[in-house]
Amino acid sequence: MKATISQDTVRADFVQKVAEISGENFFNCYQCGNCSAGCPSVEEMDLLPSQVVRYLQLGLVEEVKTCKSMWVCAACLMCHARCPKGVDISKIMDALRVLRLREDEHNSRIDVTDFDDDYLERAPQIAMISGYRKFLSL
Amino acid sequence: MNYTYFPGCTLYTKAKKLDDAGRECSRRLGFELDELPDWTCCGATFPLVNDYHIAMSGPTRILADTKEQGSDKLVALCSVCYNVLKRTNHVMRTDEERRAKITDFIERDYHGETEVLHYLQVLRDELGFDQLAEKISKPLEGLKVACYYGCLLLRPVKEIGLDSMENPTIFEDFVRALGAEPVDFPFKIECCSAFQTVHSMDLATRCSRDILNSARNCGADLVITTCPLCQFNLDDRQPEIKKADPSFEQIPVVYFTQLLALALELPVAELGFERNLIDPLPMLQAKGIGVE
Repeated sequence: MKATISQDTVRADFVQKVAEISGENFFNCYQCGNCSAGCPSVEEMDLLPSQVVRYLQLGLVEEVKTCKSMWVCAACLMCHARCPKGVDISKIMDALRVLRLREDEHNSRIDVTDFDDDYLERAPQIAMISGYRKFLSL
Repeated sequence: MNYTYFPGCTLYTKAKKLDDAGRECSRRLGFELDELPDWTCCGATFPLVNDYHIAMSGPTRILADTKEQGSDKLVALCSVCYNVLKRTNHVMRTDEERRAKITDFIERDYHGETEVLHYLQVLRDELGFDQLAEKISKPLEGLKVACYYGCLLLRPVKEIGLDSMENPTIFEDFVRALGAEPVDFPFKIECCSAFQTVHSMDLATRCSRDILNSARNCGADLVITTCPLCQFNLDDRQPEIKKADPSFEQIPVVYFTQLLALALELPVAELGFERNLIDPLPMLQAKGIGVE
């Protein structure tokens, strides 16, 4: 992939906002890959968790904003638990997701009318409530 | 000993068997769970971003209500409730700025005074597993149990602090107290995909398959959990896993309070096993457990 890195991209508003609301300093990450190795969702991701952090370090905003990874993170915190530098990637993923959901209601990832009666009969409330919180526009 | 108890949304309906067995077992073990009056939903997710304060108003109100009841401890059975309440409490204790915003909004004075306990913690730290073992009337001998922790019972370890993150033992020690044999399996602290089950069914199926295969391959007869979301994912995904892989061996997934109830010889008909997709009773009865 060819990318242009500049002071402007590294300091992009979106990157600053992710840092601000996640409370995480991306530059603590030295790309050891422990997070990606332990992530249960990695098979469904297009960017590994460590790559998401690397792209943020480089200010590659578009790649990060359009990645699928934030939507398949289950927030299980394994990445954070195993990070030798204490970076909480689940917070970064949540920040990305929240910013996308706040931008536009069309970013909502589930449609509550899609669930059939059989599924609603079986699924526990906590699945639906946490799903609404994670995937519907805020 | 009485504890203030927070059942949470799912324990009143889909996970009623977790709640019923937990309450009845506590009576038999000598402690009471007094349900917090007028409780509300905890929100089912702890907000990970720093500017989403509203999501902490519900759990903070629950914690403040507990304090105003004159109780210093709040017990939860569900891993999700436990995680949300405990993490919210951590913020209220340590983050002055966020605490001020939240308490101003809900008009309450609360500084994190309530101690949040999981039911397993009550058994380990307040009753004691030795005492528990003495009260067991039907030791579950010959039963091999995979203790599935999942994510929210343990992580983040600095804020939850229930047990070691990589090598927890509380669940295994509990199972030993019941006279059963805990089975160590590599996927015990892996995530079942949690809320992704409403978004990516493939992810939920794959994560559940890996966990269940890991438990079965290590010799487990059944899996126990404290979380209604884990129980749902692990139980509900099995027909799908079996369809994709006919060699997959189905395995029952029950709540830890149901296993405790069996060891205390509560009536099996009241334990709600009919809600389990994979019925645990044939396997249990073959081992002489749950026979009336």
